[in-house]
Amino acid sequence: MNEMTTIAKTTTLKDWESDQEVRWCPGCGDYAILKAVQRTMPETGTPPEKTVFISGIGCSSRFPYYMETYGFHTIHGRAPAFATGLKLANPELDIWIVTGDGDGLSIGGNHTMHLIRRNLDCQIMLFNNEIYGLTKGQYSPTSRVGTNSPSTPYGSVDRPAQPCAFALGSGARFVARGFDVSKELPNVLKAAHAHKGAAFVEIFQNCIVYNKDVFQDFAAPKGAEDRQLWLVNGEPMLFAKGTKGIALDNEALTLKVVDVVDGDWKAAGVIVHDVTNRSVAHMLVEMRFGEFPMALGVLYDDPRPTFEADVVRQNQAAREGKTADLQGLLKKGQTWTVKEGGPEL
Amino acid sequence: MATAVEDLADKRQSPLSDAVVVRFAGDSGDGMQLTGGQFTLSTALAGNDLATFPDFPAEIRAPQGTLFGVSAFQINFGSSEITTAGDAPDVLVAMNPAALKTNVPSLKPGGLIIADSGEFNDRNLAKAKCESNPLEDGSLAKWQLLKLNISQLTMDAVKPFGLGNKEALRCKNMWTLGLALWMFDRDRAPLIEWLKAKFAKAPELAEANIAALNAGHAYGETAELAGPLKQHHVAPAPVAPGLYRTLTGAEGIALGLVAGAQLAKLPMFFGGYPITPASAILHHLSRLKEYDVTTFQAEDEIAAICAAIGASYGGSLGVTSSSGPGIALKGEAMGLAIMTELPLVIVNSQRGGPSTGLPTKTEQSDLYQAVYGRNGDAPMPVIAARSPGDAFECAIEACRIATQYMTPVMLLTDGYIANAAEPWAVPDLTAYEAFPVEFLTEVPEGGFKPYSRDEKLARPWVKPGTPGLLHRIGGIEKEVDTGHLNYNPENHQAMTNLRKAKVDGIRIPDQIVELGAEGGNLAVVGWGSTFGPIHQAVRRKRAEGHDVSHIHIRHIWPLPGNLGELLRSYDKVIVPEMNTGQLKTVLRDQYLVDAKPLNKVSGQPFRIAEIEAAIEEALG
Repeated sequence: MNEMTTIAKTTTLKDWESDQEVRWCPGCGDYAILKAVQRTMPETGTPPEKTVFISGIGCSSRFPYYMETYGFHTIHGRAPAFATGLKLANPELDIWIVTGDGDGLSIGGNHTMHLIRRNLDCQIMLFNNEIYGLTKGQYSPTSRVGTNSPSTPYGSVDRPAQPCAFALGSGARFVARGFDVSKELPNVLKAAHAHKGAAFVEIFQNCIVYNKDVFQDFAAPKGAEDRQLWLVNGEPMLFAKGTKGIALDNEALTLKVVDVVDGDWKAAGVIVHDVTNRSVAHMLVEMRFGEFPMALGVLYDDPRPTFEADVVRQNQAAREGKTADLQGLLKKGQTWTVKEGGPEL
Repeated sequence: MATAVEDLADKRQSPLSDAVVVRFAGDSGDGMQLTGGQFTLSTALAGNDLATFPDFPAEIRAPQGTLFGVSAFQINFGSSEITTAGDAPDVLVAMNPAALKTNVPSLKPGGLIIADSGEFNDRNLAKAKCESNPLEDGSLAKWQLLKLNISQLTMDAVKPFGLGNKEALRCKNMWTLGLALWMFDRDRAPLIEWLKAKFAKAPELAEANIAALNAGHAYGETAELAGPLKQHHVAPAPVAPGLYRTLTGAEGIALGLVAGAQLAKLPMFFGGYPITPASAILHHLSRLKEYDVTTFQAEDEIAAICAAIGASYGGSLGVTSSSGPGIALKGEAMGLAIMTELPLVIVNSQRGGPSTGLPTKTEQSDLYQAVYGRNGDAPMPVIAARSPGDAFECAIEACRIATQYMTPVMLLTDGYIANAAEPWAVPDLTAYEAFPVEFLTEVPEGGFKPYSRDEKLARPWVKPGTPGLLHRIGGIEKEVDTGHLNYNPENHQAMTNLRKAKVDGIRIPDQIVELGAEGGNLAVVGWGSTFGPIHQAVRRKRAEGHDVSHIHIRHIWPLPGNLGELLRSYDKVIVPEMNTGQLKTVLRDQYLVDAKPLNKVSGQPFRIAEIEAAIEEALG
């Protein structure tokens, strides 16, 4: 939200903890995300009273109760719409939207799309656990094909949505990825906060009750270097301790994994990450894990004017030179005066 | 009844009384709404009281000449108080066979038909499913018929301006209007000024339209000696002195909301989504940015109300507006506004339902939806406007209740009020008492509790951004006072009681009797846009010496404190409604009175005669 200038830390992590007892299941990934957010907040430079957390419905949406800020736990899927009204009413507020895969992509997919399209200045944290937790384990729009759940006892048949591809396709100017227990998560959130406009962050979150360890194949610490590609602006896209990288297949116009010999990534054709390159961003969000490592960090970041700034500008322009004379407005148009003797123009 | 109509042509008995009903009917593309609107203005300028009824199809441009593509505009004007658009027209202007066929059945016997014979060709007759030409086959014998080739007369009049056939024929409505202005002795000057302004960028179109208007007028002058065409002068109505303008319900709502926000000293945020007939409110407000109004066309009805609640949370007066189907979508969010106790005004411009129903027709069938239509025990104040001018007052009242009691309020209007125009005495805004909102900005003595209550049981309104008052709200049940999440049985009972007590305790004026005595033989109880026909019917019956009173309820929920006692003071109560008996059911439930329904759900307003008949039947 703010420009990345030197920010004097006037608060500590403790200042951002509310007095409410946290009620997620023991071991839930949400605890780690909450801590990461509370760790990030002192570094944003925004005071707690100017900060608002807005959520929809679901496990993730309990989040605002645990933050010592203003907070609004709204209705299922609609947090982006509340955020839009609030930001237009007071553009100075720093708004964080907390949503999940069901809340933000299923029932609220429409609002997520339009908030991103309009480019409202806010941070959207989508906790993706690939399951409906609060309703006891039904498959969600991000669940993989074949997910067994109470509502899909023979396995789900529909293909999952890809949150980052959805965001970019909706016109997002900032797309990032992290996961609950990652040490890098505060940095990803800081970058999202520094972006002026709608900043979309997909956070893989482990639901230990209904969808345990579905992200372990890339999130597990052991062998993480081989399975995680942390993107850094201006740096080559390297992983596996620099022995592998991502290059462009010029024939197929796709990405490919290449071996890097003796650290000579240039020779291997490894791409240097440019966060403003939208074409590459489209390939990164579509990059399939397995064949490729999981792309994490800031995938795309290229700001443009925000919705609320444009609305304020237009409102001001329309007001220029006009006075709010309501009595005059009531009399506007063709009027006539009735005197004792009858009407006249 | 005093005959104020002077027949200027001769002193023969005029077929018209002191009030005249004219209906302009044509194809959707014939400009009938515009003709009606301009005729309304000239009527207002002539000092007549008036009421209008625009009646148009849901199709934007229905296939030309078809029965379902007919668009009509009815106006009732006179020299005494007018409260309805009139039961049956005295004059029908029919621009094609379809317009004649769909509108002539309601014309008074002996009434005048002015038909554009140029459009009664085989093709149009077939489209209107006429087996023979009604202008020639004698089927219109019980009316006076004036056949004019308006198409040809218009073409002749605009010939000097070199327009193409299609454009020339577009001036037909102005020719017709010119004739109508002559018939009722009206001044053409304001209309000519209006045409010049409208076509400022295409002076040849302005000239052609003015020529058509003048030609229609001249036709009246020269043709008056022959046939049924005569000039009538309807004397000005005895209205209170003051400054007047015409006002539609949509304008009344928009202006009233702006006034309400100003009286509350708040910026207004309006979230809307296009829907007939509510969109006009969004259109009006989007041009009023200098009044601290922000309008937002949301991605759907749900987002529109949610954004309005978000803005209210931020310290603006949140407003949203829709019609039945859209209001249904907003239901869950209304529940959240009730739970979080935030101010919000929800305008419902009712239309025919259920489902998509009759988008352009009027109905009052969303009363249950307004009073009861949410999950849980979710009490919400409901106010209903009776006319365009009353919509202004009701909008202010909705803003007052919403901000003073920290509650969503539903304001009911309908398609008839939204589109209809009436003369409106421009109010003096200094006469309205302001109700400035005071936000909580500091920790009060004894500590800050987000769900503490004042003497009205309203909780404090705190804007995010205020230091020291950080708190969280949401849709989960709140603990009394603290607002923390709380699922305890006693607490839910207490909070449910509090929400009910707050709405029940809203201070509203006692119910008055519009016409007639308090207590007696019969009360006719109405709400919303049925005001006009009920009022006229009761007035006529009282003039005949019957003991009947008119009660019209503005505050649908909570109901006025004295209403039960008042209703029980009559032997009989009838409730005319454009639904199957919704207010009737509420009154029976609340007061155990034997209220009898009078229902009409045809998409058309009540006729005065229909209510008169019901009064006669009730009185026995």
